[in-house]
Amino acid sequence: MSAAPVLTARNLVKRYGRVVALDRADFDLYPGEVLAVIGDNGAGKSTLIKALSGAVQPDAGEINLDGKKVHFGSPIEAREAGIETVYQNLALSPALSIADNMFMGRELRKSGVLGKYFKMLDRGEMERRARAALSDLGLLTIQNIRQPVETLSGGQRQGVAVARAAAFGSRVIIMDEPTAALGVKESNRVLDLIRDVRERGLPIVLISHNMPHVFEVSNRIHIHRLGKRLTTIKPDDFSMSDAVAFMTGAKDPPREALAA
Amino acid sequence: MSTSDPTVDGEAARAVDAPVEFAQRKSLFAHIQHALHVNPTLLPVIILALTVVVFYFATDGKILTGLANKVTLEQTAIVGILAAAQTIIILTAGIDLSIGAVMVLSYVVMGNLAVTYGLPTVPSILLGMLTAMGCGLISGFLVTKIRLPPFIVTLGMWKIVLATVFLYTGSQSIRSQDIDADAPFLKLFGERVDVFGMQLKIMGVPTIWAIVLMVGVFVVMWYVLNRTAWGRHVYAVGDDKDAAELAGVRSDRLLISVYVVGGLIAGIAAWAAIGRVGSISPSSFAEANLDSIAAVVIGGTSLFGGRGAILGTLFGALTVGVLTVGLKLAGADPQWVLFATGWLIISAVALDQWIRRVSA
Repeated sequence: MSAAPVLTARNLVKRYGRVVALDRADFDLYPGEVLAVIGDNGAGKSTLIKALSGAVQPDAGEINLDGKKVHFGSPIEAREAGIETVYQNLALSPALSIADNMFMGRELRKSGVLGKYFKMLDRGEMERRARAALSDLGLLTIQNIRQPVETLSGGQRQGVAVARAAAFGSRVIIMDEPTAALGVKESNRVLDLIRDVRERGLPIVLISHNMPHVFEVSNRIHIHRLGKRLTTIKPDDFSMSDAVAFMTGAKDPPREALAA
Repeated sequence: MSTSDPTVDGEAARAVDAPVEFAQRKSLFAHIQHALHVNPTLLPVIILALTVVVFYFATDGKILTGLANKVTLEQTAIVGILAAAQTIIILTAGIDLSIGAVMVLSYVVMGNLAVTYGLPTVPSILLGMLTAMGCGLISGFLVTKIRLPPFIVTLGMWKIVLATVFLYTGSQSIRSQDIDADAPFLKLFGERVDVFGMQLKIMGVPTIWAIVLMVGVFVVMWYVLNRTAWGRHVYAVGDDKDAAELAGVRSDRLLISVYVVGGLIAGIAAWAAIGRVGSISPSSFAEANLDSIAAVVIGGTSLFGGRGAILGTLFGALTVGVLTVGLKLAGADPQWVLFATGWLIISAVALDQWIRRVSA
């Protein structure tokens, strides 16, 4: 971990009325890694992730992207800074085609008069790029880029959402419970996707409740407890039951891990 | 990397192939259901064709004469244009109960400015359209910023706009002769299409500009919905508003723009309505609100939003037109038109529910 972190957060605070969701929380993501974020329900991990993806504005603390201080007023601003989020609900429109969904909110227009004055979409180019983004991730089994997303299986839909994030995310990809709604086979496919995206050099933040999946793909594990980072561990150094014990407070984290 | 692992690839391929194999074993019924689901314009075309066939026999073929076709199209024109506006609003999972009243307000403004106050005709028309767009803006604002249900907002707007029309005009019409004398351009869309002696004829019967306008409105709206980002966003917001927002669509802005465009189209319909009716009457088009919704629903657009096609609405409007003219030609009591339209609406929505179940 000698390289400078891509995304860091220091002393983030977020209160909802009298509930403190984030209590001076820290966060570090390094280049090329898969960082899993785990924590009990109510530990504040989803608030942390929302703060990083622009969906929530922290009351105090700062977020740095590539060493520069950033402030995201909305998910769109975070996206423009290169942070893409794959939401648990995937944020896909079921009735629209794969290509339409991949370019939703950032459609390409034809060049020249047709695009400028008639706002005509460049459907050919969008379909070509959507196909390329899918085949980059080994999702070529999806034959027809014009088919509505609702005709795809759960894993394929997840694939489309991940491909969209990978195609546009230039700095960081955040995935919120990507395997929660999937069967065994499809989950494995998504874990492969996560590895593929990492191989392309994009660091990934993975939020998951599924310990086997966390231990299978992550390089480091950020354990969130009572609104802050308790510790980060390496999956090779600890067992799943250790991680769960730290997460729930049944066991204190080791000293050396605390320093990491 | 496990993607290069042949077993995993094989598994993935099989997983993808499986639903296709399954589809081939589906019943004929399921195939029809699927075809209608993928192709939302198919059902309205079938309904229109069946209606024509039924009336072909009921009227001894009179329904397919040039005159009957011309009358059908001219009867359809105004409600058809309004239904185009209604389609984009329903596609966003909204509804506009006020659109017919907004059109009446719009043409009353046009007529009063041009005839009563003597303003030049073109600015009068533009101000009338702006009034309609203003109504759309208010509805859109209330739906998005105050978060009121579209049904309630536009039900209120309907009453308010209608009352405004009657208070403003004192229930007085502007007579056809007065329009001819002061602002004949208002009646443009009632004129026969005649460009340097070139006439537009339907099976030999000359027709009016309102038909051209209706077709034009549908062509433009088809383009906008299918070939521009705005159109894709209309579908996305209607399909799943939260998902569209997370994907980067500014849904409030989009919804307001949809209601404003709806108002603009109602304003265009208003101009055409003056030509079609000949006079400017505050009590005309009392049924236009609901007729436009009927055309959209029969045209296969889902009231739940996100599904449907603008051309289906055209076929839906034409179906109601064929029913009206066909029953008249068959010598039936006009009440049967309402009776039949009612059943068509219910059947269309029932079919829509059934078709939508494919996606589950």
